[in-house]
Amino acid sequence: MKGISRRDVLRNLAIGAAGGSVLQMIPAQAAELAHETIQKEKASSPAGKYSPKHFPPHQYQTLVLLCGAILPKDEVSGGAIEAGAPEFIDLLTSENEEYQAVLGGGLMWLDNFCTDRYEHSFVECTPGQQKEVLEFIAYRKNAKTDPTLSQGIAFFAKLRNMTCDGFYTSKIGIEDLKYIGNMALAEFPGCPPLPSE
Amino acid sequence: MTQVIRSPKTYDVCVIGSGAGGGMAAKILTEGGLTVALLEAGGPVNPAKDFQMFVWPYDVPHRGVGVGGKAAENFGEFLAPNGAWKIDGEPYTSAPGANFQWFRSRIVGGRTNHWGRIALRFAPVDFRSKTHDGIGEDWPISYDDLAPYYDKVESYIGVFGTKENLPGAPDGVFLPPPKPRCNELLVKKACDKLNIPCIPARLAILTKPLHGRPSCHYCAQCGRGCVTASNFSSSQVLIPPAMQTGRLTLITHAMAREILVGPDGKATGVAYIDKATLTKKSISARAVVVAASACESARLLLNSRSRVFPDGLANSSGQVGRNLTDSVGSHGSGYFPSMEKMPPHNHDGTGGMHMYIPWWKYGGRNDFPRGYHIELSGGREMPQAGMFDDLCEEVEGYGADLKATCRKRYGTTIDFAGRGEMVPNPDTYCEIDPDVVDQWGVPVLRFHFKWGEYELRQAKDMQETFKAIVDTAGGEYLTRTKTEGHYPFGIQPGGKIIHEVGTARMGADPKTSVLNRFCQAHDVKNLFVTDGAPLVTNPDKNPTLTIMALSWRASEYLLDEAKKGNI
Repeated sequence: MKGISRRDVLRNLAIGAAGGSVLQMIPAQAAELAHETIQKEKASSPAGKYSPKHFPPHQYQTLVLLCGAILPKDEVSGGAIEAGAPEFIDLLTSENEEYQAVLGGGLMWLDNFCTDRYEHSFVECTPGQQKEVLEFIAYRKNAKTDPTLSQGIAFFAKLRNMTCDGFYTSKIGIEDLKYIGNMALAEFPGCPPLPSE
Repeated sequence: MTQVIRSPKTYDVCVIGSGAGGGMAAKILTEGGLTVALLEAGGPVNPAKDFQMFVWPYDVPHRGVGVGGKAAENFGEFLAPNGAWKIDGEPYTSAPGANFQWFRSRIVGGRTNHWGRIALRFAPVDFRSKTHDGIGEDWPISYDDLAPYYDKVESYIGVFGTKENLPGAPDGVFLPPPKPRCNELLVKKACDKLNIPCIPARLAILTKPLHGRPSCHYCAQCGRGCVTASNFSSSQVLIPPAMQTGRLTLITHAMAREILVGPDGKATGVAYIDKATLTKKSISARAVVVAASACESARLLLNSRSRVFPDGLANSSGQVGRNLTDSVGSHGSGYFPSMEKMPPHNHDGTGGMHMYIPWWKYGGRNDFPRGYHIELSGGREMPQAGMFDDLCEEVEGYGADLKATCRKRYGTTIDFAGRGEMVPNPDTYCEIDPDVVDQWGVPVLRFHFKWGEYELRQAKDMQETFKAIVDTAGGEYLTRTKTEGHYPFGIQPGGKIIHEVGTARMGADPKTSVLNRFCQAHDVKNLFVTDGAPLVTNPDKNPTLTIMALSWRASEYLLDEAKKGNI
């Protein structure tokens, strides 16, 4: 591996700290370099198409569709799919038996519900039918009128949280929120003036 | 495992544990000229390699929550190593209904690698609580006894803050505080109207260079560990100078199992398991300083049974493991629509609050003794997993609306954390579980824990205060807590605030206390305890600063006694 890695930067930084040297400038440069290095390392690694580690193709397809419906692409930013939320959820699920039960079972529940109602699995339903299902399971109050929805609602709540996790920990999601930080500053600027009191 | 491998040399002191208390003892004792063997149950820490400073969540496949999302419950995968509520192979048990939670770190520096850096002095009244309200016990020392050591600790480790002249929150030797964040200014304004003090926080983070350590660079990631050592950790600030004396021998992966005692009843050293080789080894020492963390130290003393000390070492009072307390913790969140108008800006700052609310209702007509302080967080923090759980719960739905709501509401929440004083009670203690050992063969702790009526009322008061502040600031209080049943008013399970102390308390009377006014065991003159265990009360001031001040003071006393030939 040629060039300078994040580890090298931080190691030098730590040695500098021990020696009590030139450090007033270095943390900022180190931050920049650390971020750039990680980006370069990622860009140079063979990306390719993600192969799901846990969900079989049909379930993964359903998961992708649901993630996209929960946080879609809009005029401001890409959506949960572009942000890699399905990959993130699949990875965690492959390592967590509780998620396997909740999400795997939930996806089955969804298809059972759809076949009972529309004689198709969720992915095969028309956009109108899919929207109708989502309107059922996206709100807790619906379980009051139809208690058979409650497990689907619980599943969707969990998936909604995980989709937000996947989206808002991505570069797309963090930029969507206009978070500014994770950098070295010489001084903390404090609160900017409030627009209007 | 049949043969014990003894250390060839006899050290002046064997210190057990390398966190705040043990690290401080190792520093003071070695700088004072003594040879020290420092036993640490975990491995070494390498800040450059181990600390995840500046890493974005998307730089790693698990986005900060770790394999299977399971690091989330242990403060995420970016937390400075290491720490967990459960450690494989090293269990602890809870009596029915106790549900005690114990966060442990097995690594050089212990929990100081990631702690919250909140560095508050106890107040004069905190040492005289019984005199004041008739409950519990007074300390055998006063604030004036400890004040010089608070000065020394603050001067050495670096703590920012401001002089406020509040009797309940004594001023210290402070570096300048960082500027307040927007959400903190909003709380301050509301507090002014309510006559509640809201003052600059006091954190062990450098806002100016100090003793060769550079100033903070305001990335807000202290919990990940700081590569530039701009915040305090034992591993970066106490162990290195001890090492430089040439008199410190650091032994890692050493699980202390018993303090050895001679026929004269004095400690002769420590038996430990070398985790790497599974061999039983021992260190010979003229004195022993136990600083393994309050409960771990109680465990070690209780496991050190001999003919001379059948109930465990230094336990003639029966108080080892007793008087266990944690801080009362209850949390709340407010949504502040006015913050939606704030332009995007860098809100990071130091790794912790810049403002806080010290306890203010002294002498008030409260229906509980003692008090609590309030810690602030929230605002435009770096997005992370879990950040929108509460919002999703509140607004539900999906699609473009949900996304727009998240965008609009990001950074508009202020979180309040109440941290209050628990009064020791007879139903809360730790003891040796008669049936269970850990993978090293060492009998484990069994916890008993019960919140008293005082603590529940305090949690109720916290909830009311949070709501009053939010309402006054024009926000909407979002937290709903139940008023009865288990854990009412959002009170956290015991141990959750990670301020467990008191299990070998100091006292003037050997019949009701384990240690004397110098953290020296009443029963064993060459045995000291210098972590959270000696604390007589657990006031609403996070214990680490006091642990270090007590450890410094005890170590100076030990040095003196060693010079006089009394150890």
